[in-house]
Amino acid sequence: MDFTLNDEQRLLQESAERYLAKEYPFAVRRRLLATDLGFSRETWKAFSGLGWLGIGIPEEFGGIGGWGVETAVLMEAFGAALVGEPYLATCVLGAGVIRLAGSPAQKKALLPKVATGDLLLAFAFAEPGSRYELGRVATRARKNGSVFVLEGHKAVVIDAAAADILIVAARTAGGVADRDGITLFLVEADAKGLTRRDYPTVDGHRASEVTLKGVAVDANAVVGVVDAGLPVIERVIDDGIAAVAAEAAGIMAALNRQTLEYLKTRRQFGRPLAEFQVLQHRMVDMFAACELSKSMAYMAAVHAGDDDANSRAKAVSAAKVQIGKAGRFVGQQAVQLHGGMGMTDELPVGHYFKRLTMIDTLFGDVDFHLRRFSGG
Amino acid sequence: MDLTLSPHELKFQAEVRAFIRDNLPADIKRKVEGGMRLVKDDMVRWQKLLGARGWMAPHWPEKYGGTGWSPVERYLFEEELALGGCPRVAPFGINMVGPVIIEFGSEAHKRRFLPRILSNDDWWCQGYSEPEAGSDLAALKTRAEADSDDYLVNGVKTWTTFAHYADWIFCLVRTDPKAKKQEGISFLLIDMRADGIAIRPIRTFDGGDEINEVSFTDVRVPKDNLIGREGQGWTIAKFLLGYERTGIAGVARSKKQMQRLRTIASREMCGGRPLIEDPRFRDKVAAVEIELMALEYTNLRIVSAENAGQAPGPESSLLKFRGTEIQQAITELLLEAVGYYALPYAPDALADGWNESPIGPEYAAPLAPHYFNWRKASIYAGTNEIQKNIIAKMILEM
Repeated sequence: MDFTLNDEQRLLQESAERYLAKEYPFAVRRRLLATDLGFSRETWKAFSGLGWLGIGIPEEFGGIGGWGVETAVLMEAFGAALVGEPYLATCVLGAGVIRLAGSPAQKKALLPKVATGDLLLAFAFAEPGSRYELGRVATRARKNGSVFVLEGHKAVVIDAAAADILIVAARTAGGVADRDGITLFLVEADAKGLTRRDYPTVDGHRASEVTLKGVAVDANAVVGVVDAGLPVIERVIDDGIAAVAAEAAGIMAALNRQTLEYLKTRRQFGRPLAEFQVLQHRMVDMFAACELSKSMAYMAAVHAGDDDANSRAKAVSAAKVQIGKAGRFVGQQAVQLHGGMGMTDELPVGHYFKRLTMIDTLFGDVDFHLRRFSGG
Repeated sequence: MDLTLSPHELKFQAEVRAFIRDNLPADIKRKVEGGMRLVKDDMVRWQKLLGARGWMAPHWPEKYGGTGWSPVERYLFEEELALGGCPRVAPFGINMVGPVIIEFGSEAHKRRFLPRILSNDDWWCQGYSEPEAGSDLAALKTRAEADSDDYLVNGVKTWTTFAHYADWIFCLVRTDPKAKKQEGISFLLIDMRADGIAIRPIRTFDGGDEINEVSFTDVRVPKDNLIGREGQGWTIAKFLLGYERTGIAGVARSKKQMQRLRTIASREMCGGRPLIEDPRFRDKVAAVEIELMALEYTNLRIVSAENAGQAPGPESSLLKFRGTEIQQAITELLLEAVGYYALPYAPDALADGWNESPIGPEYAAPLAPHYFNWRKASIYAGTNEIQKNIIAKMILEM
């Protein structure tokens, strides 16, 4: 039993924190937010140079291996720096699908390009009517000779605008909510019949509504086994949850640091706010919420790779409930404790708060995961 | 990071488990698991068994009788004791005065007191709080005035758990009334059989009789019984705050209570179905279970850091306040779970020798008293508000 980082992980943590503190201050984020893309391809290449894009990718495909805890370490640092680059979409979700279910040919063709930063992916799993249910898929893929023809609407596809390839969940058999009958397809971003409506998200990322009208792909585009895509989706989304849980823990720690700093410097009634006990105890509750969340994020990171779907679901959903509740509390209180300044766009507080709020929604909120945790 | 137990740790766990299986007396286990009242004999009998195995004081240095276990092993040990239905080991000797004597006592003190703590021949109680000094502990007034080779002690200590069982009391007393509040305090050991000590039981509203008021009238205490120097009492009290409190969260005991809650909620019916299937109740149970997991992994994080050589620090205050909040939440759910059968008040049903048939389900009688009794948890050992003050000061530096 050892719940500490090993030397390599600590090194990764230190180098990520150091690099981001220097190269990714809040001013950089604000500048990037104003661009169409919302992030910088140069920075993405730099991430590749640091080896970060190769985490989770086996060495034979140009990666550096590792997974789970390494991803959490990086995501925690990304959270604190409010990184807007499409790491979650490309490396955690997209490359995750390929890593878990891709054919050797698909791995060979795609994973090395992810690691070098030359391929961006997006995962189109949600739909307007699915809410958080991963198995509710109305998008159809009809087999027509040697090709599949896709028809449907995928909702809020994170970072689809920049993606070269979309991984689309579509139904090849069964009714709309059947567990069986879902298949994953690689669809080129410029495929005929695919249209996107791109938009920024409230937390500064980018997403798209993706419409598929008669999009034809061949059998090589199938990732994994036809009709058996759901377990892959569930596993990858659990990885995604573990990743955003760590991101949330990083955000909470940063919010607490900044709020504490503010309380120590801001003076009212002739003394620093930090001297008021009501604020001290609030700050302690925020500190506790953050520490408890960090523990759960790393617990989830360790368990996200479990083959046993039940123990994995319990661990990951418990973490999602914890960070959902704690994130809302810490975010709201950080704004509150900053007073009017907390409402301004110029301080990072609001930016962190918005991201935390959207992390609760991503992949299922507190209620959804409480239900999943308790088994129905 | 590896959240599984190593082969060595599994072997250790199995050894502890087997010891408990073979040694924990069945009547004691039944009482603990049924939430019934333990008396001194139950606790001493069990602690003597632990002592005979050499496991009475795992966290003490080996030369004084410690086991030399790592923090992780100590954590696993505590966990097995809790899950196995063992009584809580009374903390006053083993966890409080023992470490103080080891750290601040003379060789004579060590020879005199430590063996009898280990062998459970002395029962200790704690003389800290006073009627006018609760959270503001340093406001304590109990005086110890020098009188040739003795101190003459006068004053009142209160909330003294198990004073009526105790052979000895360790007290914070004021030896220098002129010094600054914290600086005039000393740490003094007092024989409970000394003349001038009176014990008045304090009945708590759950029906319990664990706590007492202890008054001292011209009690003569040899100066030899002073631990450390005069005026060092506050330093000693603070030392205990940072000492080995990773068990303070009570995670394993809460897990055990969660199991009991699930069992009871599967037997209780609601709308013709087991209560545990009622979505509203089930979600409340799940929410507490998740809070407990978050505490457990935070506890493990702290224990792992200690295992890697980091000294324990004020983060144990987090374990205390979150731990007790969760314990209280579980007692609340247990109370809710039995519905109407929370009402019958049958204090005798919690004690030895009650032969009548239970009123309602056999598990119901202790649940309301336990809920009421456990409100103490956020008050004792430094109120949860004091724990937050400690974190604000020591960690957040506010």
